[in-house]
Amino acid sequence: MSEAIDAEGLIKRFGKVTALDGLDLRVRTGEVHGFLGPNGAGKTTTIRILLGLMRHDGGTVRLLGGDPWSAATALHRRLTYVPGDVTLWPNLTGGEVIDLLGRLRGGLDPRRKAELLERFQLDPRKKGRTYSKGNRQKVALVAALASDVELLILDEPTSGLDPLMEEVFREVVLQEKSRGDRTVLLSSHILAEVEALCDRLTIIREGRAVETGTLDDLRHLTRTSIQAELTGPPDGLATLPGVHDLRTDNGKIRFDVDTDALEPALQTLVKVGVRSLVSQPPSLEELFLRQYQRDER
Amino acid sequence: MTGTGRLIRLILRRDRVILPIWILVLGLLPIGTFNSFQGLFPTDAERINFAHVSAGNAGFVALYGLLRGDSFAALTSWRVGFGTVMIGLAALLTVIRHTRADEEAGRTELIGSTVVGRHAPLAAALITTAGASLLTGLLIFASLAGKSGSVSGSLAFGAEFVAAGWIFAAIAAITAQLTGSARSARSIAIAVLGASYALRVGGDISALGTGSLSWLSWVSPIGWVTHIFPYGALNWWPVVLSALLTAVAIAVAVDLRGRRDLGDGLFAARLGRANATPSLRTPLALAWRLHRGLLIGWTIGLGLLGLIFGGVGGSVLDIAKDNKGLSDIFARLGGSDQIVDSYLAGTAGIVGLIAACYAVQATLRLREEETTGHAEAVLATSVSRLAWAGSHLLFSLLGPALALFAEGVVTGLVYTQGDFGDILGGVMLQLPAVWVLAAVAVLIFGLLPRWSLAAWAAPAACLLILLVGETLQLNHWLLDISPFTHVPRLPGGAVSATPVLTMLAVALVVGVAGLAGLRRRNIPD
Ligand SMILES: Nc1ncnc2c1ncn2[C@@H]1O[C@H](COP(=O)(O)OP(=O)(O)OP(=O)(O)O)[C@@H](O)[C@H]1O
Ligand SMILES: [Mg+2]
Repeated sequence: MSEAIDAEGLIKRFGKVTALDGLDLRVRTGEVHGFLGPNGAGKTTTIRILLGLMRHDGGTVRLLGGDPWSAATALHRRLTYVPGDVTLWPNLTGGEVIDLLGRLRGGLDPRRKAELLERFQLDPRKKGRTYSKGNRQKVALVAALASDVELLILDEPTSGLDPLMEEVFREVVLQEKSRGDRTVLLSSHILAEVEALCDRLTIIREGRAVETGTLDDLRHLTRTSIQAELTGPPDGLATLPGVHDLRTDNGKIRFDVDTDALEPALQTLVKVGVRSLVSQPPSLEELFLRQYQRDER
Repeated sequence: MTGTGRLIRLILRRDRVILPIWILVLGLLPIGTFNSFQGLFPTDAERINFAHVSAGNAGFVALYGLLRGDSFAALTSWRVGFGTVMIGLAALLTVIRHTRADEEAGRTELIGSTVVGRHAPLAAALITTAGASLLTGLLIFASLAGKSGSVSGSLAFGAEFVAAGWIFAAIAAITAQLTGSARSARSIAIAVLGASYALRVGGDISALGTGSLSWLSWVSPIGWVTHIFPYGALNWWPVVLSALLTAVAIAVAVDLRGRRDLGDGLFAARLGRANATPSLRTPLALAWRLHRGLLIGWTIGLGLLGLIFGGVGGSVLDIAKDNKGLSDIFARLGGSDQIVDSYLAGTAGIVGLIAACYAVQATLRLREEETTGHAEAVLATSVSRLAWAGSHLLFSLLGPALALFAEGVVTGLVYTQGDFGDILGGVMLQLPAVWVLAAVAVLIFGLLPRWSLAAWAAPAACLLILLVGETLQLNHWLLDISPFTHVPRLPGGAVSATPVLTMLAVALVVGVAGLAGLRRRNIPD
């Protein structure tokens, strides 16, 4: 079996709202797959269907070769899940929650747990109600990562983590990835994280996959914005293919440039003479924006 | 206090349905009862006779309180005496909903970041609740002042309800400061209310007999307000006491609020274990952790109630023996045994309803687990929906059984003149009815999860039917809706298997339907 997750034409309605509208999602075994989309796009809903918490209204879905709805309990032994909104029982300690969730799944590795607690600098003795948002997130992460499973489903796992802990999270996931047999579905709004971890990604919007592929595949769709102070007039720049929205204010120029036209554009700038230059890589928002405009045309 | 006005408007908007309902229901209950009494007793003789019988009936006194006077108005104020508990409950729920519950959910933080004083949420909740209680009292006054023929009595009657509302609003304001969770704040406040009621029952029953324990009514706010006797020996002192208690309690609450940070309780949380005990490995073990506080609390609470109910049983017997003047009435009721039996069977019915509240509360834990996201975490492991729900339901079925058992055993042991088996049996016979209400809660949770809180309507309706059903001459069809109508009465009555088996079957079918719904639906919904 080469596909850990295989969903085709998924449809999910909540009353009149259509949350998923023919969504396709394919995650290969052993890959880290990024799952992106604006708020309300349907990421969490998709994950809940994959977990058998919600039933889909149309399309087909296989998870680890089985039906996520009818075989839920058996499949869940082979996966772990970090929910988007982590809430802990107010009067159970973090350590108890980690042990409990691990055991309810069929066991966890105490050595691995201790190691992860150490790396995430988490005190497991605090009561659920007293953890900060980031620390609650860490409890869920340790609970999920301490189990030896085939599939990790992570819904915005680093929301609330400080940059240092985000880094730890990346290291741990990369380590898991290097084992080669673990599949990760990672829903995220942080492009840098997706960039660092994911082999492939799927972007969804309004319940439909609008793009899927490797990050490089997607880059050609994006533009970098450049802001530069030049020693002379920017002759010839405006007519270069791939340069958009060129404008000047106070002697500074700004423009957006397609990724594959970046080199000729920079050469033109250098020929004129550059005093300062700021380049902004495509942000997640821009990626979506491009996606949006492409669809409207 | 800045921003209190805006917060009050927010509360009024959020509670625009429930607030008018409780004001109208409680405010118009007295006039409704008054009218139906007028229909029930067309002649003075009948009414006076009923008043005399009622005044000596321990079951009635336990449920409604002492009766002073025999006018329609006096009968009315006596009969709706339990309304003071209901307004107390409504008041405390309202205050906690808009203080600790908001704080726990983080809404207060959201509001706190706008221009709102630190004490504003508490002030807004108290002012709104006090206002609603006042409106309820005014409705009572306005509707009865003319009809009852006593303006001052009607004023006192209204004040009785207002006082109960204010006291428990203020008590809730204190409990909301104590812990970080709205659930415990609510539980503590309800426990205080329950204890007040139980003490009142004990004191009043004792007053019927030797009176040695009648002071119990005077350590209970519910006792105070029901001893105003607006149309009998009108006594304004309880109103003064209530105002004082309210003022003191609010001062304490404000002081406690000043000593703590947003979101915290008064007691700092301590560190716990770094690893779970080996036994914490099944859904049932988790359910035990989540339910044990509730189970212990309710079992102790009902056990104490048994102590009071059993303890005053002797007084009931005394009335029957000593009071020669009432002998003809007792004869008509079937002798002194009959009196005690009817008292014991009556209290068993009350205990059954209380246990039903526990059953509904325990069942709704499932919904709480769902809305907080805990259910999602558990169901994403290899725990099936039925195992998850079943482990909670075990507590909503067996928890009330244990609590009822505690009450029955304690009553039976304390009241030594009775038949232990009959007393315990009468209490345990409530269980099928309790389970029917638990099953209704499961049904709503399974099929209409967003309406889960509506499960409380079932015990509320049963209570109303128990309290005013016969007075309001509701037709049988309506009385029969309450499963408690069908519970065989013990001691003193005949036990037949049919109603018991029927109720068990109903509970089973309804519960299974709910679980079937749960298996097919979205989680969370
Ligand atoms: N239980 C529900 N009932 C009704 N509508 C729902 C429910 N759950 C989700 N939706 C709707 O489905 C759509 C998809 O929501 P979903 O939570 O899957 O988005 P998401 O991609 O996870 O968003 P975010 O990035 O904010 O987490 C939204 O329009 C949401 O309002
Ligand atoms: Mg989401």
